[in-house]
Amino acid sequence: MIIHPEEILETIKMVSSQHLDIRTITMGINLRGCSHPDIATFNENIYSRIMRAAENLVKTTTEIQDIYGIPIINRRISVTPIAIVAEACQTDDLVSVAETLDRAAREVGIDFIGGFSALVQKGMTPGDLRLIQSIPLALASTQKVCSSINVATTKAGINMDAVAMMGHIIKETAELTRDQNGLGCAKLVIFANAPDDNPFMAGAFHGIGEPDCVINVGVSGPGVVNSAVRALENPSLGDIAECIKKTAFKITRMGEMAGREVARRLNAQFGVLDLSLAPTPAVGDSVAAILEAMGLESCGTHGTTAALALLNDAVKKGGAMASSSVGGLSGAFIPVSEDEGMIRAVQRGSLSLDKLEAMTSVCSVGLDMIAVPGDTPASTLSAIIADEMAIGMINKKTTAVRIIPAPGTKVGDMVEFGGLLGTAPVMPVHNFSSEIFISRGGRIPAPIQSLTN
Amino acid sequence: MSSSRFVITVIGLDRVGIVAGISRVMAEHRVNIADIRQTIMNDLFTMIMLAEVTGENFDLSAFQEAMSGIGQELGVEVIVKHEDVFRFMHRI
Repeated sequence: MIIHPEEILETIKMVSSQHLDIRTITMGINLRGCSHPDIATFNENIYSRIMRAAENLVKTTTEIQDIYGIPIINRRISVTPIAIVAEACQTDDLVSVAETLDRAAREVGIDFIGGFSALVQKGMTPGDLRLIQSIPLALASTQKVCSSINVATTKAGINMDAVAMMGHIIKETAELTRDQNGLGCAKLVIFANAPDDNPFMAGAFHGIGEPDCVINVGVSGPGVVNSAVRALENPSLGDIAECIKKTAFKITRMGEMAGREVARRLNAQFGVLDLSLAPTPAVGDSVAAILEAMGLESCGTHGTTAALALLNDAVKKGGAMASSSVGGLSGAFIPVSEDEGMIRAVQRGSLSLDKLEAMTSVCSVGLDMIAVPGDTPASTLSAIIADEMAIGMINKKTTAVRIIPAPGTKVGDMVEFGGLLGTAPVMPVHNFSSEIFISRGGRIPAPIQSLTN
Repeated sequence: MSSSRFVITVIGLDRVGIVAGISRVMAEHRVNIADIRQTIMNDLFTMIMLAEVTGENFDLSAFQEAMSGIGQELGVEVIVKHEDVFRFMHRI
């Protein structure tokens, strides 16, 4: 099979100058065999299990990176939701479990470990409650642990008691990590319809129904898509969709190739390829820039939702052809602090929280990495979450909220989180109260869309 | 892995000795040239080689380092990637 020189040079250019990379290779590890009533034994069990399963993860991914010459930016681990495996533990809090996960992550040499999680869409078990109450201290006393709580599904409705609780948990987490600008909240995601196999942090966990050990891959390449779109001469929107589709295919193929080889070498099952376009703060690696390349003066102005719908759909179509097994979130990411174009749009005044909410109805993630004033009430945070959960529930899609009420900040301040977590401009929220709505509690019932049988 | 075949690209300003320098390093590491394409457009030298390694115990990192080194000496950019990268991306 002959590859043409132009194609070879195209690939080289994607890696060298357009930021093509494999964003993450995430190993999903089942911890169900580790359950034990004694918390110390439980911690030993999960530590040994993770160390055994992941001991070659970093070495193998580095080998693959060298052979293929495609950078693999992050190695991560996701585990079975801790609330489930620790249900039998006779203990008051699960902070020690988070510390064990953190220690294992450091030993293995990865940057994040996800799965300090609970699934509470219909209600909470004692184990779920224990985990949720442990979150603020757990995230404050560890560096690499990520937490996620699923509070809604299309089939179950929205657990508004959990939503109300999470508003307070977020405030507490921000307060306990006050000296790091509320960084704890950057490691906490609230979900509707959370996928079992998402490789991206902070929402990754190893779901029920997954095999014992699995390799999931998250690719990326907003820079590549950006360059491809800008190279077109006077395209129609159909031409743009076609271009994005083809480019997404090429990007995704890299993930498929690397993921299969890593799984083979580690004797794990190849799980899924998540086709999401995940931006980074690096110049040119921006999803907002792609939307602007389509002809919007500034991301967030009218037309942004339509442009994002086009982008998200084209990415899925191109990516679906590239892989035998697509899953996770698979769409465009719009994390504000991690996208230099988004940051500029907020500072310019063209991108608001309300517009971001509209955008989440057509793309895969949700309100992500958004800093709001430090004095935002817990009930307002809960109401923001409730809105996002409703979008996910009604539209049968995944939505999520990762919001940071950075202590001591006000609208217009810039909050520095560092590294891939980037810099967040503090955005205004509505000042009218949602307190009474949130305090009512109970469940928003599953919508008629759930009756699919 | 399906094979030990690599695509080696060399890009830079044309000068005397590029092909000689690159192929010397490849011979030192017992890497065989299976196919080669080359263009010189104005002053820009572009060479793409399909290279094959047949022996066991091929030290890829040492080879990549040596190629990078000769590239720097010659003032050209040398990139070595496994051929799967290109096959996967451009063919279904």
